[in-house]
Order: sequence, then structure tokens, then C-alpha cells
Amino acid sequence: MNQAAMQKDRLLFQGADWDFATLQRIHDACEEIAIGELGLDVYPNQIEVITAEQMLDAYSSTGMPLFYRHWSFGKHFAHHEAFYRRGMRDLAYEIVINSSPCISYLMEENTATMQTLVIAHAAFGHNHFFKNNYLFKLWTDAEGILDYLDFAKGYIARCEERYGETAVERTLDAAHALMSHGVHRYAGKTRVDLRQEEKRQQERRAHEEQMFNDLWRTVPAGRKRDASDVDLERRRAALGLPQDNLLYFLEKSSPRLHPWQREILRIVRHVAQYFHPQRQTKVMNEGTATYVHYQIMDRLHARGQISDGNYFEFLKSHTNVVFQPTFDDRRFSGFNPYALGFAMMQDIERIVTEPTDEDREWFPDIAGRGDPMQVLRGIWADYRDESFISQFLSPHLIRKWRLFQLYDDPQISEGILVSAIHDERGYKRVRRQLAREYDIGWTDPRIDIVDVDLAGDRRLLLQHRAPNDWVLEDSETRQVLQHLADLWGYDVMLQEIDGSERVAKEHVAHPREILQRRDSSS
Amino acid sequence: MHIIDRRLNPRGKSLENRQRFLRRAKDAVQQAVRRSLQSRSIRDVLDGGEVSLPIGGMDEPSFRRAEGGIRDNVLPGNRAFVEGDIIPRPPGQGAGRPKEAGQGDGEDGFRFVLTREEFLSVFLDDLELPELAKRRLSETEEMSPVRAGYSISGSPSNLSIDRTTRLAMMRRIALKRPKPEEIEALQRQIDEAENEETRLLLQAELKALTDRVRRIPYVDPLDVRYRRFENEPKPVAKAVMFCLMDVSGSMSEHMKDLAKRFYLLLYLFLSQRYEKVEIVFIRHTEKAEEVDEETFFYGQATGGTLVSSALVAMRSIIAARFDPTEWNIYAAQASDGDNSYRDEGPAGHLLKDEILPLCQYFAYIEVDEESGDSSVSNSPLWRLYEGIRSGSATLAMRKVCRKNEIFPVFHDLFQKRTAQTKAVP
Repeated sequence: MNQAAMQKDRLLFQGADWDFATLQRIHDACEEIAIGELGLDVYPNQIEVITAEQMLDAYSSTGMPLFYRHWSFGKHFAHHEAFYRRGMRDLAYEIVINSSPCISYLMEENTATMQTLVIAHAAFGHNHFFKNNYLFKLWTDAEGILDYLDFAKGYIARCEERYGETAVERTLDAAHALMSHGVHRYAGKTRVDLRQEEKRQQERRAHEEQMFNDLWRTVPAGRKRDASDVDLERRRAALGLPQDNLLYFLEKSSPRLHPWQREILRIVRHVAQYFHPQRQTKVMNEGTATYVHYQIMDRLHARGQISDGNYFEFLKSHTNVVFQPTFDDRRFSGFNPYALGFAMMQDIERIVTEPTDEDREWFPDIAGRGDPMQVLRGIWADYRDESFISQFLSPHLIRKWRLFQLYDDPQISEGILVSAIHDERGYKRVRRQLAREYDIGWTDPRIDIVDVDLAGDRRLLLQHRAPNDWVLEDSETRQVLQHLADLWGYDVMLQEIDGSERVAKEHVAHPREILQRRDSSS
Repeated sequence: MHIIDRRLNPRGKSLENRQRFLRRAKDAVQQAVRRSLQSRSIRDVLDGGEVSLPIGGMDEPSFRRAEGGIRDNVLPGNRAFVEGDIIPRPPGQGAGRPKEAGQGDGEDGFRFVLTREEFLSVFLDDLELPELAKRRLSETEEMSPVRAGYSISGSPSNLSIDRTTRLAMMRRIALKRPKPEEIEALQRQIDEAENEETRLLLQAELKALTDRVRRIPYVDPLDVRYRRFENEPKPVAKAVMFCLMDVSGSMSEHMKDLAKRFYLLLYLFLSQRYEKVEIVFIRHTEKAEEVDEETFFYGQATGGTLVSSALVAMRSIIAARFDPTEWNIYAAQASDGDNSYRDEGPAGHLLKDEILPLCQYFAYIEVDEESGDSSVSNSPLWRLYEGIRSGSATLAMRKVCRKNEIFPVFHDLFQKRTAQTKAVP
């Protein structure tokens, strides 16, 4: 009986109910394991308890606690809400934000076990990944993001007051359409520092106001320089062409945008850049968090801090999370990043602790090293999905999941070719192809600005490199191009270049002059 | 670590985004509301509800790949394939690609729920009501101040003397403020006192008492109470709304739709103003019958047209169920204007001498095809009512071809109300 009482004392909670003291206890217990035993390195945690409505809110504004106003977020909210109301979709248990302090939202409906799972998953797993992965270190600024969003929200609200809601909305619409092509894919010279952004903008504005002198308008202009004597080639280089960051190019070089419109493009670009690493690390990020929560829950249970019943509850939802239906299952909709990530992390653990001869041959660097956490921490810091899979997807896992590759060429009329399966000949091919599917440089259409006819009609020329006869979706491309033309202010042409360097298709858009016009209502 | 409870944060953080979205999708929302109005009964117009929007016009485009081209995929769960196998493509699909995540839901339409206010505002917008009328319809009903206890602050005119003096008295008793009688008695004692010593003693006592009187005021600001009022929605009374409609074959779908909106508008007005609104549907051809809403709008009937039959039915229903001293009686009649010539006398007489005196308001619309001209009418019914109208303020009439012409028939109703609200200080 004494022992039973002691056992009870050790439990973090009983049953499903929790209060704030329980959350604190859970967090502290998780922290002890995460920092002390797993050796994780995390930002300070901030845990926020929210309602379902607030969760829907967070969903619709890309998960951020504050965001500028735009109709599309209202649309997403209405959409999610309709699904949720009809019970067609559950809400996520948590949302975690890459910021310092790292904010995790917990749903109030979660049971105590679920809160433990979520704290272990988000506040330690994701948090560690955000702080240590090289992509996040390079491209995001966790300390500055919330301040920057606050600035962005305020700035856009001020623009709406000054220039009218419609004008701002049109600019944002156009910028959002190009958002996926508004990121730098290769590291620049400087680290991002979002805190400086707001100051920079204010200084520039103050400078402009200081320097403004209406007299200059009245001074007769000098003789215009002849455009022909400017070295076009050099000017093209000065414009930084070819350029794959469309928003950056427009912000810097579009001749007809107002300064505030450039600033809005800059804001959208910064937001896109902030989310860019997350798009490249879905499998790793979720894999890390799932592996961490599994380790923590397992150890909590082993220490007697979680009762058997609650541990079963955890196992049930964990199993749901890492469920991977096979390709012929009705529920199949591609790879589940949680499942793939978790399976790979566990597989690495196996290779490090109990390697087979095959593992020693394939992974000489890590096989049998003995300390899985040390190896995994290194991997979490230095890889993204594409490189992670191409390095660490083992033949063992390929066999276990029975992966195979399908090659579907419309030219082959008989059907789809099975080009590789889980055998000696197929391992490398399957692995290479799967890694490729996670390379957003490969999966996203690649579009570059290649030329501007500055001396002539200023037409902007873009090219889409389309390997494998991939073409762009016609009507959507036309809409995006229209937005691009509006921002550029002159005609825009997009060429689709196929594998043999021929122009397969051309799209042209003419500007509508709606962005230059001031709002009539304001 | 910090734990923050966000649950108590103000709700509706996304409200502004939602309004922007609705504004943006205005046309589509209006279409959807129009559709849902056709299927909904008059009573439910006040509830919001789920509407379904086509996704077009609000899409957020981005550069995406089209289907087609060479696809190369890795999939899990191979059972029987070996390298080099060729799997025939499933029929009906160009390329046998598995569906990608996220596709399939929300593609064909976009359903979401409008709140009551949003629904109403779209509905009223659609009718192109004047702003003022719109406000009157969508805002809550008139407020009347109702006594609700006492407060310690207020305007002097609301000073509650009873309560103030009562509290003052309680305080005076509790603090043992000397009564004037006591002082008077003491004074008398002093005057009557014989030896100097007792007199001095009594005078000291008197001084203590008068000091006490000065220290404890008769009425302290603490005692003051004001009558408190709360604004309560004013339930005026009960109202009954008679919907009369000619359902003879000459009424087209468009006309019926106009009529339905006309009834909706009156219902909306009445339900703002009255606590309880009954609706009676009377349809008539050459004879009239009371029916339910479904039959009223969608039921089939054929025959000639005798307006007096509906008026007779209305009169008898009033006599049987709605005592005019208890009920405010409103009537809305929609017709294409046909009436049999022999009915002119009886109908005119009925309306003028029997129905109108009972009614608060009698609105008549003559509906016509959309292509019609709403400025002229010389139908038998119109001429008849025209004659009656000159003698009576409660009869409003209008010819309507398009839905934005419905509202003016209620013009007087809203005007009247404005005048009333102004009259009350």
C-alpha cells in the first residue's frame, strides 16, 4: 500500500483533467528529460491555452498570432469553420510558432495526456528543431518575427488609411499570387535581421520627408540621356538578371510602384521567406518532434510519472499520427510526413545501436556509434528533407515500407511502368526519387525573369523551365501573370521552355493600371 | 516557461477579415442568399444560415503545374509488382496519378455559415432599401426605460426622495443623532434648573448633544439615491399579418417571387416592432381559403378572380381569432390586378367600410413581369383601390415589376415610425 501511495505521488496527473499547475508540472518533467537526457537545446517556452475558435483563427492566418488584414484569411476561416462545424474535420491538437520565446498553442479540449504529448512534441521537439536546424538559422529570425509582424500589421493598416483599402488590397492580392516565387533560394551575404526592418523603413521615410522640397519640381529638367548609349548588357546585370525571386525584383526595379507598394511587397516577401524553411523540412520537422515526444512519453511512463491507462491513451493517438496507408488504400493521400519522419528517426536509432552488416556498408559513418541522440542531433541540425532522405533512407526501411517507383509517361500507351522496387537494384533509385519529391526546387515550377527590354517597350520576359513536359496550369498562370503585369506596369511575357530548349508555350499579360490609380473613395 | 490563458481574449479576432471576405464575395453571397430565400419560409428569414458559394472569383492563384507530362512517383505498400511490370491505366483518367493530398474537398463549392446580421444585411442590400430603412429593420426594436432599482448617482430629476430620507433616517438612528425633542427637553430643563451646578452640568450635556447634531448631518451625500432606469426592448403588442394573394393562373413564378419578398419585408418590419407576430396566409381565386405557407407559395390552383372572397375570408378570420382591440392588424395583398367586374362593388365596399377601419396598414402591390412598366397601371383592381386610397391613409399601393420597387410601398410605414420616434422625447 505504501508503495502504491508513493507511486501515486510520482504521477504527474490522474485522469483527464488538468489545470495550470498540472501544465507546469508536465512541462518541468518533460524539460528534465528533454534537456537532461536527450540533450536538446530549446528556446524558452511560452504555452498558450486557446479555444477552438482561436485555433481556427490561427489556422486561417498561417498560424501566426498576429497578422495583417486581408480577405483571404477571412475566406480560409470561413472554410475551416464550415468543415469543423459539420464535424468533417478535427482541429490540430497544437500549433507551434518558430519564435523566441517559442509559442505553443494548446487546445483547451485536450486531455491531460494529450497536453503532455503536445508539450513534448511542440515545446521540445519542434522547438529544438527550429533553434538548431541550419535552414532556420540561416533564413529566419526567431527573436524578431513577432515584432516584425506587428510592424507589418501596423504598416499595412496605415497604408489603408492613407491610400484606401482597395488600393492596398489589390497590391496584396498581386503580391500573394507571387508569394511562392518571392523567396531567395540561395543564401545571401547577410543574415536576416527583422528587427532592423522596421527601423530601416522609418528612417527612410523620415529621410524622404526631410529631403522633400517642392522647389525641385519647378527646376527645368536637363537634356534626357539617349537610351541607346547605355550598355544594355550592363544594365541587365545591374538589375540582377536572371532573377528567380520575382517579388524582390519587382520591389527593387519595378518602375511604376509607389514606395508604400514596394514596402508591402517587401513584407510579403519576408513572410514568404520566413516560411520557406518549413516547406523544405516537413518530414524532418515532424519526424523530430514525433521522435522526441515518443522518447519523452516513454521515459515518463518508465519513471512512473504517467499511469498505464494514460500511456495507452497516448499510444492510441500516437499510432494514429504515424499511420501510413499503403498506395491502394482509400485513405492514401501521399506520404504522411509524421510517419515517414518518425520511421526514419527510429531506423537511424536502430542503425546506431544495433547495425546489421548491410547498415555498416551503407552507413559507415553512423553505424554502431552507440549514442543515437548524438547522431540524431547532428542530423537534425545539418539536413533538410531532400538531403536527409537521400542520405539516410535505408534499404531496411525501403523493404519494411515496400516502397516502389512508378514511371508514368503518356507516351507509353500500355500503362504505367514499375521502374524500381525494394530490391538491390532499386534501393538507390527509389531513394533518389523520393528525395527528389521533397526538393521544392524540383517540385515547384521554376520561373526566372530573364530579360527586360529597358530601351524599348519595357516588356518583362520570364521563362519557365519545364522538365518532363510539365506545363503550367493555364488559367491560373494567366491570373498570376496579370498580377505580375499590374505590379510591373508594362507588358509581361512568360515562355515555357521544354526539355529540348524549345519554347513550348507563351503567355502574355498587359497591365490594367489599377495599382497606379489612387482609391477614389479615399 | 510562461503559461498564458488566451481563452478569455476577446472573440472575433478574425471578424474584420471575414467582413472583407464577404465584401469581396458580395455578388456570390447575394446570389446564394437569393437562392436560399426561395427555399426558406418567411418566419426563418431572421435566422442566419449556411450558404454555399461557388469558389470562383475569390481564388488565390499561384504558379502551379498542370496535370500531364511525365510523372515519376514513389509509393508505399508494394505487394505484387516487380521491376519492369506495366500497370494499365485506370479508365477515364489521362494519367493514372494518385490524388494528391488536400485535393477533393472544397473544390466544387464553398459552404459557410452566415450570421443572422450578415444574412439580413445581404437580403436588405439586395432589395436596395434606403439606408435609414435598412437600419430600422436590422437594429433591435425600440427601447423604453424601465425602472430597475436605485443607484448612487444620477440626475437630480431622478432623485428618489423616499429612499434617500429612509436611508438618512437609518443612519441617524444608527449613529444616535439626537432628536430635536431631546434638545428641546434639555433646554427646558436648563431653563428650569434651580442651582447653578446642575445647570452647568446640563449645559455641558446640551453642548455635547448640539455638537453631535452638527457632526451627524440630517441628510448626508451618502444617503442620496436616484431612481435607476434600464432600457428594455419595448414589446408593443401582438400583431397579425394577413398575406393575401391571387393565385389564379395568370401569376407567374417571377410575380410570386416578388410577392414573397414583399411579405418578407413586411414580416421583418413587424417582427422588429411587435413581440408576437402571427401570419395568416389567404389565397384566393374566385373563392378564398386559408392555407399554410407551402401551399400558399407553391400550391396550384385555377379559376377566376374574386378579390372580395379574400376580403370576406379575412374579415371572418379577424372576427373569429383576432380581436382588433388586442391585435394590430396588418395586411399585404399581392395580385396581378385582375378582378371580375361584378366584384368591384362588393370588394370596394368591404375594403373601405369593413377591412380598412380594422387595419393598421393595408399594403397592396400589383406585380408584373420584369419587362413591365411599373409607372402605369389601369387594371380593374388598381382603379378600384385608387378610388379608396384618396379617403384613407392606411392603404398603400404600388405597382412592382422589379424587386427594388417593392420597398416604396412601405414608405409610409417607415415614415410614420420616424415621426413617432421623434414625437417621443
